[in-house]
Amino acid sequence: MMERVVHAIQCIGCPIGCGGEVIVENGTVAEMSGFTCNKGLAYAAEEVVSPKRMVTTTVRVSGGGLALLPVVSATPVPKERIFDCLRLLRGVTVAAPVAEGTVVVSDALGLGVDFRAARDVSPLQ
Amino acid sequence: MRELSYDVVTIGGGPAGMAAALAARENGAERVLIIERDRELGGILQQCIHNGFGLRRFEEELTGPGYAHRYIDMVKATDIDVWLDTTVLAAEPGGVITSVSPHAGMTVVRAKSVVYSMGCRERTRGAIRTPGSRPAGVFTAGAAQRMVNMEGYLPGKDVVIVGSGDIGLIMARRMTFEGAKVKAVFEIMPYSNGLTRNIVQCLEDFGIPLYLGHSVTAIHGKDRVTGVTVSKVNDRLEVIDGTAFDVSCDCVLLSVGLIPENELGRAAGLALDPVTSGAQVDQFRQTSIPGFFAAGNVLHVHDLVDWVSEEAAIAGRSAARHASGELPAAGPERSVTAGEGLRTVVPQRLSAFEPGKMSTRFYFRAAKPMGASLLQFWADGVLAFERKLRVVKPSEMIVADIPVRKIGDAQTLEFRVVPAPEKIEAEDAIEEEA
Repeated sequence: MMERVVHAIQCIGCPIGCGGEVIVENGTVAEMSGFTCNKGLAYAAEEVVSPKRMVTTTVRVSGGGLALLPVVSATPVPKERIFDCLRLLRGVTVAAPVAEGTVVVSDALGLGVDFRAARDVSPLQ
Repeated sequence: MRELSYDVVTIGGGPAGMAAALAARENGAERVLIIERDRELGGILQQCIHNGFGLRRFEEELTGPGYAHRYIDMVKATDIDVWLDTTVLAAEPGGVITSVSPHAGMTVVRAKSVVYSMGCRERTRGAIRTPGSRPAGVFTAGAAQRMVNMEGYLPGKDVVIVGSGDIGLIMARRMTFEGAKVKAVFEIMPYSNGLTRNIVQCLEDFGIPLYLGHSVTAIHGKDRVTGVTVSKVNDRLEVIDGTAFDVSCDCVLLSVGLIPENELGRAAGLALDPVTSGAQVDQFRQTSIPGFFAAGNVLHVHDLVDWVSEEAAIAGRSAARHASGELPAAGPERSVTAGEGLRTVVPQRLSAFEPGKMSTRFYFRAAKPMGASLLQFWADGVLAFERKLRVVKPSEMIVADIPVRKIGDAQTLEFRVVPAPEKIEAEDAIEEEA
């Protein structure tokens, strides 16, 4: 039996913020309307099939001038796995000093996504 | 007491202060100083750990600390002096800056040029006059952001957010990530004051409801906040009787606007724009006090840091040229006003153009959301230039470059935003002339 689902998608690619519809049949995009550029079409197509988001949070630092180190995913994370990543990172502590860009967790949960330090943290003076 | 002299001093070491200092150094200022009251450079960016910064400036999406880091590295690669943990107490006309710090005590700096780059502060509960008791647990969103992202404290577990400014939206997601339950965002206006991408990524992704046209009319709780009362408002923003409902919470975050932090300027007699709450400046970002320039959120609140860096580079270059005596004399000044459809314009006046200048850039905030529109430039009451805008939102700055030949000798310049006569097709829309 054919499954047909209509998704209303708000594009976030630029300030115009087009609202459009994506029709998915049997798990693939069959039809799109309302989007006015290629970037919007690409975003909407991915958003209905496998939405992804960049994830930013913090991990603990030991011996640093700051209590926390901000970290950022190197690439977007599948939306439904965001909280799993956060849970993983909650258990991570890094030792100062830390340099921006250092991989804090590599290949998180086997998703192929690294989490990197978003800043330097110097040792406690 | 120490006494030192510099060509250019920036007050504040956030994105505006760093970009201004770098531009000043690149444009011939020999001795440049950044005075920063925090323990490190970077300003508010250091607590904005989310990404989305720098798409325009660096053509990639950086986190706030990542964007700050780029500029900190650039500053470190120069001989620009940086004073941390140092608070400026006064900056008087003539360029006498008095500062104090735990390690150097009181210091007086004589500067040929000064750049105001102190940023802005959040509006508080007092600013929106919310009735009720005075319990603990009511914070501005930015204060909560610093606690969560830098200091490691969670300000509450059941959260109500008042106002839909970007920091509030970002904090809705951040608190959710840290295990709090964000119950709702209440916005008094019929539209959001945040960027669309933040509505989608910070609220809709997590099923957090956004109530437009709703006002928090009371805050409850004796020691700790226990809840709020909310009512619908009409189009005059008056509470509609019979629409009140209560929401329980242990934390209220306020995201109700930002105000430039101009105490130093006010004390020095700076002429302010009553709408932006920042200085009135010309195209060089020179204020009413000769040799004092302004850039970034202390001048007007920006939506994107990329614009702050760009504006600060203008102020820094002008400050260097003033220090060396090369900045052209202001000459007779021409006024620039925000007319129909617009709330603010920067710069608010024009001085004589530099020779060879082809165009000058203006920044606007719209008065209300509109669809396809025309940005109009009126020179002495005559329509001189029009540009199409596909969409107009108060949360997003409008940036336009106006050719100098269109400005000509006009003495009064006015900008307006009016509805476009017909739907503008994507093909001929001009986003901006960068």
